[in-house]
Amino acid sequence: MNGYELLNVTFQFLESFAFIVLATVGLAVIFGMMGIINLAHGEFILVGAYATTLSAHQGLPLPVAMLVGVVATTIFGIVLERTIIRRLYGRLLDSMVATFGISLVLVQLTRILFGNSIDQVSTPFGAISYGSYSYSLYRVLLAGAAIATLLVLYILFTRTAFGIRARATIQDEETARSMGVDTDRMYMSTFAIGSALAGLTGALYAPARASPTPEFGSEFLVDAFVAVVVGGPSVLVGTPLAGGFLGLIEAFFTFQWTQFIGTVAMLVAAIVMIRLLPDGFSGLVESVRTSWRESE
Amino acid sequence: MTRRSISRRSALAGGVASGLAAIGGCLSEGGILNGSGGSDGPMIGVLEDRSGEFALNGTAKWQASLLAVEELNADGGVLGEELDVYDPDPQSDNQRYQELTREALNREGVDALWAGYSSATREAIRPIVNEEEQLYFYTTQYEGGVCDRTTFAMGATARQQLGAVIPYMIEEYGPRIYTIAADYNFGQISGDWVRLLADEHDAEVVGEEFILLGETDFGSTINAIQGEDPDFIASMLVGNGHANFYEQRADNELDVPMASSTTMAQGYEHRRLDPPALEDMYVGVNYMEELETDRNAAFVDAFYEQFPDADYLNQEAQNNYFSIHMWAEAVEAAGTFDQETVIAELEDGIEVEAPEGDVELDPETHHMTHHMRIGRADGEHEVTFSDEQYIEPSFLHEVGCNLPDDPEQTQYEPDEFYDEI
Repeated sequence: MNGYELLNVTFQFLESFAFIVLATVGLAVIFGMMGIINLAHGEFILVGAYATTLSAHQGLPLPVAMLVGVVATTIFGIVLERTIIRRLYGRLLDSMVATFGISLVLVQLTRILFGNSIDQVSTPFGAISYGSYSYSLYRVLLAGAAIATLLVLYILFTRTAFGIRARATIQDEETARSMGVDTDRMYMSTFAIGSALAGLTGALYAPARASPTPEFGSEFLVDAFVAVVVGGPSVLVGTPLAGGFLGLIEAFFTFQWTQFIGTVAMLVAAIVMIRLLPDGFSGLVESVRTSWRESE
Repeated sequence: MTRRSISRRSALAGGVASGLAAIGGCLSEGGILNGSGGSDGPMIGVLEDRSGEFALNGTAKWQASLLAVEELNADGGVLGEELDVYDPDPQSDNQRYQELTREALNREGVDALWAGYSSATREAIRPIVNEEEQLYFYTTQYEGGVCDRTTFAMGATARQQLGAVIPYMIEEYGPRIYTIAADYNFGQISGDWVRLLADEHDAEVVGEEFILLGETDFGSTINAIQGEDPDFIASMLVGNGHANFYEQRADNELDVPMASSTTMAQGYEHRRLDPPALEDMYVGVNYMEELETDRNAAFVDAFYEQFPDADYLNQEAQNNYFSIHMWAEAVEAAGTFDQETVIAELEDGIEVEAPEGDVELDPETHHMTHHMRIGRADGEHEVTFSDEQYIEPSFLHEVGCNLPDDPEQTQYEPDEFYDEI
């Protein structure tokens, strides 16, 4: 492997990592914090992507269009939470069926409203060239966006009063309420954050994909669910570790052979991981922490 | 990264869900409630995807089929009877295709069937078609080789398409070819054809990658191509996910020209993607909406008058359109809807005035002789055509397919006949 090829595999890793983290993070917040398995996660991403693309076609500059995408998905998430999701807290299976239904409705509604595809917005920034190779700068920068997103989440959930109230609600709703936390509002806010993250993913990937179609969200689902399982229940610990681990495996095998082998390797690694670590990376971190505490 | 799409059904592992969806589908699309159970008139089956991976390709096929039926009915029907259509949406799902094909054949008793975009779909339903000896028209351009007594392949074959475009590209750009193709029967066999054509023209395939349907990430593929630095890329990518290759090619500023049998004429990537994603794409086609002939202008007008919101009138839509008219002509000539008689009539040889030009059915192989052109997209995605040739479906003649004399039901593959592969 010469220096240029090392750059190739590094960029491929960064792109994999960004995709896995961004596909997962919204799902992980809603699942990890609220215990809702949102099978309509892909369609939240779809809403973000369509809102971004359509507003960019209206002449908005791309960053503003992306902001529109995030805001639209957040509002969409809040409406859905108020009307449907809030009736399903604590009902895991019911929430799966309901969100599955929502997903079917949204895909078909998108098809009816906007047809089989909408025109794309092209990817900004062009390429980085090195030797005979080149790589899309935007795709590499997405890794930065993924890390920034995780940092913001970390600060929000560990360093703010809101974060403490939200975690208290998740840990013990009764006690939190008796301490004066408006738990109903906490659930709504957490769901809104999960929706905003999904919207952000859609907004960021809208210009990195050929023309968006009603199935836009489904391509994120496999990575998102695999990474949630491999990462385990803690969003902040599990998501980056899962993204790093799976991304590394995929990038290495893809570089060595082809994209197909890379995909196979990633899924096999996920299966082995689940067998060895049923609680995922965050379970592993948790048990290491516990044994440290005990040894002190 | 795994940009495969999974259907929500498999995500939920939902036997129940898919059962419900199937029932829902029946209720809404045709069968139980507003089916044609009451009508005893002639009926054709049109199974074309209007959702899922191939929605972009299938929607126009469905629309152009309805246009042809509309025209026939406005003109007094077929044999004086109004023609009915059975047309549920198979949703790009091969299992659903099999169910709907059985519905069409066993319950609706269609007089002729048009079905399927991908070769995988065709091979999934052909056993059912064979079992029932159903007159079946497959209209997508494809890898070639189907020699089947009740199947009529209306699209151009790899030999016709790649045979037009690959030699042109070798002449124009040089002999080093890099093949990227969808990883299923169509792509694999098309890859064999590229090797064969390269060999015939003293060129060389320097790299090959077969890519899963639905894949959307091409960073490593592009790096691998850059590593080989070929003179041109032979691209047999299929479906909506693969359109991302062209987007990422532009994004990576990879300016190697491309030859294709699948792009632009089917999924209208040159309309959907921002220029210059398709710059220097050369595609071997028998039809594109942009063809500038008076006959085509009339066809395009009629199509958009019927479907003002349609996105694009693609090559396969044209194939559906002319083949429905061709079938109706054969029925009129035979004086009956009886399928064996109609097949015999078609095997007598028939010529139709298709929008692409006058085309003939080749009786021995059940394929069409097509007007093949090379369509090229420039940096603004303007399409121009050159090098029109009238090309026969020659591969099946070479392997000795003669259906009127020897009614078989097989698919021949080039690697069985040529040592060069």
